Amino acid sequence: MSVPSSHGAADPSDEVGRAVADAHRQEWAYVLAATARVAGDIDLAEECVQEAYGAALRAWPRDGVPRSPAAWLTTTARRKALDVRRRESTLRRKLPLLVEPETTPYAPDRSPGDEEAGVIADDRLRLVFTCCHPALSREAQVALTLRLVCGLNTSEIAQAFLVSEATMAARVTRAKQKISAARIPYRIPAEAELPDRLDAVLTVVHLLFTTGHAAPAGNKLVRTDLVERAIALARMLLPLLPDEREVRGLLALMLLTDARRGTRVDDGGRLVLLEDQDRSQWDRAAIDEGSALVVESLRGARPGRFTLQAVIAAVHADAATYATTDWAQLLAVYDLLLREWPTPVVALNRTVPLAMVAGPAVALAEVERLERDGRLEGYRYLAATKADLLRRLGSAAEARDAYAAALRLADNEAEKTFLARRLAEVTEVSEAASGQQA
Amino acid sequence: MAEYLILIFQNETDTEPDPQMWQQAMEAHGRFAEQVVEQGGKILGGNALQPTSTATTIRGDVVTDGPFAETKEALGGYYLIEAADLDRALAIGKLCPAPDGGVEVRPILDTSGG
Repeated sequence: MSVPSSHGAADPSDEVGRAVADAHRQEWAYVLAATARVAGDIDLAEECVQEAYGAALRAWPRDGVPRSPAAWLTTTARRKALDVRRRESTLRRKLPLLVEPETTPYAPDRSPGDEEAGVIADDRLRLVFTCCHPALSREAQVALTLRLVCGLNTSEIAQAFLVSEATMAARVTRAKQKISAARIPYRIPAEAELPDRLDAVLTVVHLLFTTGHAAPAGNKLVRTDLVERAIALARMLLPLLPDEREVRGLLALMLLTDARRGTRVDDGGRLVLLEDQDRSQWDRAAIDEGSALVVESLRGARPGRFTLQAVIAAVHADAATYATTDWAQLLAVYDLLLREWPTPVVALNRTVPLAMVAGPAVALAEVERLERDGRLEGYRYLAATKADLLRRLGSAAEARDAYAAALRLADNEAEKTFLARRLAEVTEVSEAASGQQA
Repeated sequence: MAEYLILIFQNETDTEPDPQMWQQAMEAHGRFAEQVVEQGGKILGGNALQPTSTATTIRGDVVTDGPFAETKEALGGYYLIEAADLDRALAIGKLCPAPDGGVEVRPILDTSGG
């Protein structure tokens, strides 16, 4: 048991409940992935794993918590799956999930003897790559990953993405049907496809993180659960893909960003800019871990986009104050990032260090160029960035229009409150200025 | 093994393809047929279609001139292939010649199991 009890005599059933809950949070992916191989069908595997957790609640109070809860649960779930398959053996399963016993550098298949000896092949990578298969939409990839890899139920996933439970249930069902009907294989991609396929996985994990971190709507700025799930997923992937530097880079990026969680909103729920955050409250342990990971992921040629973003987060974390931030270094890293990942959002973010190094006028010209480009139309941070630069340049009237535009696009309360405050400030300044002119 | 239909969508041109382009297209499809085998798949059938201007649509009992759905890129041909799984089918689909367009890969519904 990993959870120590603070009382002398803990309630044993309570302890078992906690052990089962821990095993659900930590071992779900492992148990499901190993069961899917035997079940040959994701729905059947899910059913059997659910039943195994139910069985644990009954058996563990009686027999004690097993030494390896994951192995116990896997054995139980697999036995159930085999029973079902045996019963249905005459009735060939119509839509089999494809299981391809192939050897890859990352998951050497074990011989059957190993499994008899209690060692169960770790299929978590197969599960993750199947959930994030490029033939599935990004939305479906995200939903399946939360459902199958993290073990969240449909209602929890629906809440995280602010859609109805029925919508999310339909999305999950459609995705599972496509896996079966189109025969998306349950396997780890070959080396040649791995870079693209891994990028899709990391994108999904990062999307979970940013959804939780920025909470695009609703009044809670940080949806902690999604953030923690995303970090846990990266932690799970790291030992499974030890040679993939971007996995490390992504974990570093998330740790370094999340280290600031406690300081991003004040007691009144208002957004606090990086500039004004209390740096003494940043999570030093997370920063240290993230920084060490960045150093490791930078080894070798050509760092990827997650690693470069982690470097940016590390530069911020290193600075004792906003004013002493190494803006020139940040700008240089952004230049590398833009080459690696030429998106308008990266180009927009680059204008922040650009304004510090070359001045707000130069940065504003770049923002306006991006505005004309049109691809960021409706992107709330474009208007907000432009407004801030105009404010710093003293163009209060234009800043007011830009803040008003940003406010119309914002949809979370913390950001709205912040933008409304800034709008009021610049409106006051611009009215005072026009009053003087009159 | 599973079966997939590869639908080839292309912009239709009003002009007749010149003999040289026709020759190139034929060669490209010949190479594709060899590559399918190299990928461990099998071509079960396939055809090129006459342009959509020759199509006739029937809804209920109303017969109209033209294709079922007016789209910028029209169905111009298809292959029925056999492949181990979607990854293999997609690898084959990527090799399928479809200049100025693309292909859609659709699994065949197995109706034999009842």
